[in-house]
Amino acid sequence: MVKPQNNRAWLLVLPAFLLVAFNAIIPLMTVVNYSVQDSFGNNEFFWNGVGWYKELLDPATQLGERFYASLARNLLYSALVILIEVPLGIAVALAMPKKGWTVAACLIILALPLLIPWNVVGTIWQIFAREDIGLLGSFVNKTLHIDYNYTSGVLSAWATIIAMDVWHWTSLIALLCYAGLKSIPDNFYQAARIDGASRWAIFRNIELPKLRRVLLIGVLLRFMDSFMVYTEPFVVTGGGPGNSTTVLSIDLVKIALGQFDIGKAAAMSIVYNLIVLAVCWIFYTVMTQVDAEDKAEGRS
Amino acid sequence: MARIDLVNLAHSYAGPGASEEAMQLKPMSMTWRQGGAYALLGPSGCGKTTLLNIISGIVTPSQGKVEFDGKDVTNLATEKRNIAQVFQFPVIYDTMTVRENLEFPLKNRNFPADQIAGRVSEIAKLLDLSGDLDRKARGLTADAKQKISLGRGLVRADVAAVLFDEPLTVIDPLLKWELRSKLKTLHRQLDMTMIYVTHDQTEALTFADTVVVMHDGRMVQSGKPSELFERPEHTFVGYFIGSPGMNVLPAKIDGAKAVVEGHIIQLTRGYASLAGTNDITEIGIRPEFATLSAQGQGLPVTVERIEDQGRVRYAKVRLGALKLSARMPEGVAINGTSASVVFDPAMIHVYANSQRVAGRELGAH
Repeated sequence: MVKPQNNRAWLLVLPAFLLVAFNAIIPLMTVVNYSVQDSFGNNEFFWNGVGWYKELLDPATQLGERFYASLARNLLYSALVILIEVPLGIAVALAMPKKGWTVAACLIILALPLLIPWNVVGTIWQIFAREDIGLLGSFVNKTLHIDYNYTSGVLSAWATIIAMDVWHWTSLIALLCYAGLKSIPDNFYQAARIDGASRWAIFRNIELPKLRRVLLIGVLLRFMDSFMVYTEPFVVTGGGPGNSTTVLSIDLVKIALGQFDIGKAAAMSIVYNLIVLAVCWIFYTVMTQVDAEDKAEGRS
Repeated sequence: MARIDLVNLAHSYAGPGASEEAMQLKPMSMTWRQGGAYALLGPSGCGKTTLLNIISGIVTPSQGKVEFDGKDVTNLATEKRNIAQVFQFPVIYDTMTVRENLEFPLKNRNFPADQIAGRVSEIAKLLDLSGDLDRKARGLTADAKQKISLGRGLVRADVAAVLFDEPLTVIDPLLKWELRSKLKTLHRQLDMTMIYVTHDQTEALTFADTVVVMHDGRMVQSGKPSELFERPEHTFVGYFIGSPGMNVLPAKIDGAKAVVEGHIIQLTRGYASLAGTNDITEIGIRPEFATLSAQGQGLPVTVERIEDQGRVRYAKVRLGALKLSARMPEGVAINGTSASVVFDPAMIHVYANSQRVAGRELGAH
């Protein structure tokens, strides 16, 4: 068969290309452009080469120290969120009913938090956790007599933003796991009962291996989403107390719009972006490898 | 090691109180003797798997009892029944090696380690899995995985019975033969009761000493393969077993004569008891015992098609409006379409409302 060569087909890609160009490529190039220059306002720019990058990545400088501290907070936040949400999500999925009207009820209740925008969740928790008038905050302080105040205590502030994320996103993991559990054929459970397996053995040898793929996707989604956290700490304390909840995105806004150091902020954005890309690539590689393994075994 | 009795057992997925018509299993009683090799044969949806799941305890029957050695186990949980079951699709534990998979049912029941090791290596040898024992089970082919499932079913020596639910569906034909004869050997060596569910008559007839044929939630006949072939108790058995199946022809029965499409066929037994009843009467004759010849005496038929099965030839013929199959002996050639068929009178069975009627010896009256 002769395939006709017609390069005019490329024209069909043009609308999509223009769209991507205007909302992604051009803004990104502007950031690249800023990241190699310095400005003192008045729309005057001076060439700085890779200066900002050098400063940013050198922990000895003030900017570098700040960058690494924020990055560490981001990683800690993502790690805690995943460590809490994944086991909790699996537990919720396992505890969910398998049939009857309660299934629909559970699914709807679980889906509710997922439908609420970040800043609304932030505002709800900001009030809910206030030590003076918040239901949770005053309960913890006045009834449990635990000193809890997110505007002054570092631990309290962290507990609040982690709790918010867990409340907001555990459902996602639970729903993914529930779907994964539903896809396990009954024969597996029946065989395990006949083999005399304990509940733990069933979880360890049947359920968990079959959940591997959905969990991988779940962890990826939760990592990406928690790594770009902004709203929760911003709404609750604006990055405080002190800098204790200042994550990369909050720091970025402080540098770019607070101090108006556009060059530094642009360099930081690019590095932040590259970290995200690198993590995506790692996950993508792992997932395609898992898929390939499964295919090689004749499973789909 | 046990005798299994089903006492007045019936099941409906709609729960108790369902009408008999709506039941997936109509009331039945049956004894499975210890050490027997049984096949449960029937088309899809006839209730075979339900019956198997009731014996293993996965399904609790809506009525009746299951007894192991006279002990009522109807409400006993699967894991307490000491029974093994192998399913249609392989069930393996992904995280374990082949050896760990085979050890699993024994370890869960706290068998001593040396006994486990001995039993696992014995079963692995029987199933040709010895070389793969230390491989991860998840990397194996579907065939090998099903062998592991079979192995897990057979590894416990003390089970009341091993139940197989169409276990060779996923296995390719060549290996199917091999595994089936292996199961047969295992049955002889291990002296276990085995119940094998299948919809494939060859599988049932080659595996079992006793074949139980199920149809529409009922056990219609159980017996040795030769009995099912020579004396089908129900027209369904005649039609389902054999290839091609038995010819079942509507007939009027008058004493020792059957009238089919106006032709009189002499029978070897008398059926005076059928006179005066409103039963639907039919005669059944296996194609093997209906011989086609080019001309001569016999029923005049029209030949429609000849099926050459290699070893034997069968002709699809028409007798009036009725279609039937008849064996074509070697050397017989048909010119045109007209021919005649002779039935072996001793092999003609008479059915009233699909059930075989025994009849009386001629001259006994």
